[in-house]
Amino acid sequence: MPLVTKAVIVRNKQGLHARPAALFVQVANKFDSRVTVTYNDEKVNGKSIMGILMLGAEQGMEITIEAEGRDAEAALAELEKIVSREEEP
Amino acid sequence: MITLKGIAAAPGINIAPAYKFGKEEFEIPMQPIKAEDIPLQIQLFEESLIATRKEIIELQKRIAQEMGQEEAQIFDAHLLVLEDRMLIEEVISRLKKDQVNVPYIFSEVLKKYIQVFSKIEDEYLRERIADLNDVGKRVLRNLLGKEHRSLKDLQERVVVVAHDLSPSDTAAMHKQMVCAFVTDIGGKTSHTAIMAKSLEIPAVVGLGETINKIKAGDMLIVDGTMGVVIVNPDEETLRIYREEEQKLRGVAEKFLQVKDLPAVTLDGRTIDVAANIELPDEIPSVKVHGGQGIGLYRSEFFYMNRKDAPTEEEHFHAYKYVAEEMKPYPVIIRTLDLGGDKFLSQFDMPKEIKPFLGWRAIRFCLANPDIFKMQLRAILRASVYGKLKLMYPMITSIDELKQANTILEECKEELRKIRQPFDEEIEVGVMIEVPSAALTADLLAKEVDFFSIGTNDLIQYALAVDRTNEKVAYLYEPAHPAVLRMIKSIIDAAHANNIWVGMCGEMASDEIFTPVLLGLGLDEFSMPSLAVPQIKYILRSLSMAEARKIAEEALSLTTAKAVESFMQSKLKEILK
Repeated sequence: MPLVTKAVIVRNKQGLHARPAALFVQVANKFDSRVTVTYNDEKVNGKSIMGILMLGAEQGMEITIEAEGRDAEAALAELEKIVSREEEP
Repeated sequence: MITLKGIAAAPGINIAPAYKFGKEEFEIPMQPIKAEDIPLQIQLFEESLIATRKEIIELQKRIAQEMGQEEAQIFDAHLLVLEDRMLIEEVISRLKKDQVNVPYIFSEVLKKYIQVFSKIEDEYLRERIADLNDVGKRVLRNLLGKEHRSLKDLQERVVVVAHDLSPSDTAAMHKQMVCAFVTDIGGKTSHTAIMAKSLEIPAVVGLGETINKIKAGDMLIVDGTMGVVIVNPDEETLRIYREEEQKLRGVAEKFLQVKDLPAVTLDGRTIDVAANIELPDEIPSVKVHGGQGIGLYRSEFFYMNRKDAPTEEEHFHAYKYVAEEMKPYPVIIRTLDLGGDKFLSQFDMPKEIKPFLGWRAIRFCLANPDIFKMQLRAILRASVYGKLKLMYPMITSIDELKQANTILEECKEELRKIRQPFDEEIEVGVMIEVPSAALTADLLAKEVDFFSIGTNDLIQYALAVDRTNEKVAYLYEPAHPAVLRMIKSIIDAAHANNIWVGMCGEMASDEIFTPVLLGLGLDEFSMPSLAVPQIKYILRSLSMAEARKIAEEALSLTTAKAVESFMQSKLKEILK
């Protein structure tokens, strides 16, 4: 199973909260791959809104996204886009 | 130990642990489960999630239609929370590890998240707490709703503590294991109160917010006579109440000994003690409890739980059966009393803002002479099989009474034409349940054979209190001097015109009123059959002279509270 990891800076003004967090979880759930997010040594399930919200990652902070599974590459690419854009589409 | 004060809804004392029923809060008691039950608990959890999901999606659709897409989006967040894998996984892993009931674990996990979120300074997150609360309550309701089915298998006696109890809640209960009701809303005539009385268990209702002080499993003393709930009583209190409970049991046995004897006062006046029924099925219970006739047959219940309207033949057979079964005792059939709080799907009755002041009872019947006539013909035809009487509800004036009687006359004429026999002497009465009827009782008395006082409505109209509104339930005071005066004037007007007068409202079975009503001269008491033995016992313990003195003194008091405590003390003397 492919496993990909990438450190990403949260660019979104609201941090990984609110709509971006919800969007992140919705997108993560579209993929088969297991998704985890690490911030401040805390590792949570990337498909869980609770987990993402509990991280409390603010704008400018670095998080690590990890995806494992047959569609890991695609998942990581899409999730990175959400985290690294400043405004919501 | 805490003492909570509510409304005394059904008398008696019982002591048992609290069982919180359908409570929408996160105080769920922890109960260990067996390892082999874990898959079942997981299944229960998953089913609740699915049921909740369905609920939310339906709600979302409705909101989208009624208010627009934007508003409906709020529920996307709810669905995200509901489908949250971390939450679900945490619940399941703790279930396997801790081996306790899933509602408890779910509530604990939810509380943990709420706590963490409330510490984070973020407006968005704070809104999510509201989502969590909302979704959490939905899931818990579904989880507990499923557990309710196992309420039937209750293994120990409990006090059911609930916000309110609906007819379907009480229908699903294992009745032997439920020994009292405690609810936060409701009044003396709420469904909970009526149910408790018919099950002969104490009930305290209308506790309001203070009900939250009761935790599941707390030991409770429920004193339905005084309207008091004592939470986690100390040894001394428990001992006192246990003794009182024993005493009450002894008293109940005393009542049963006189149930088949006539209700004759010590100085020889015979009072009729009859029963109220809704359906013919209740006749055996009336007989067992010593009811001497039916003082109120609520004929509209014939229409309930069915899609089509009953035919004249069905009416006829039901009335014939009741007449034959109760013979030689009389049966008073109240004509269709719809509207107010009783609506039937068979009739297209419009929604009204104030149904109790609206198109109900005799008003509906006079406007629908075909429906009315069908019932009157059935009653007349059945009248040859026993002693039937008929009574019109909600009469407010002599005009209405005359209109109803004209229609009755037409029915009689129709039957005479086809040589259908009926009781030509059938007694016709009116229910006195509206102040205008009470104030013109002397006029009405000249047109009828008897009165029956319907206290439930009479009190609510006289005191301007909606008896189904718990906010004003405390104002629903049967002992109000205005009510007593009204009853006295109705009875006096009836007797001055040589007709008899009965009572078929709640007050007739409220034992503290029995001496006063006897003293005022009431001729007939009609009540739920379970109350018959006790009322007979009290009537048999009094003389008319004593009762008159009690009534006179009660009428001289100025407040409902004073009247009530006076009547309480008199009742205590009688029951000694």
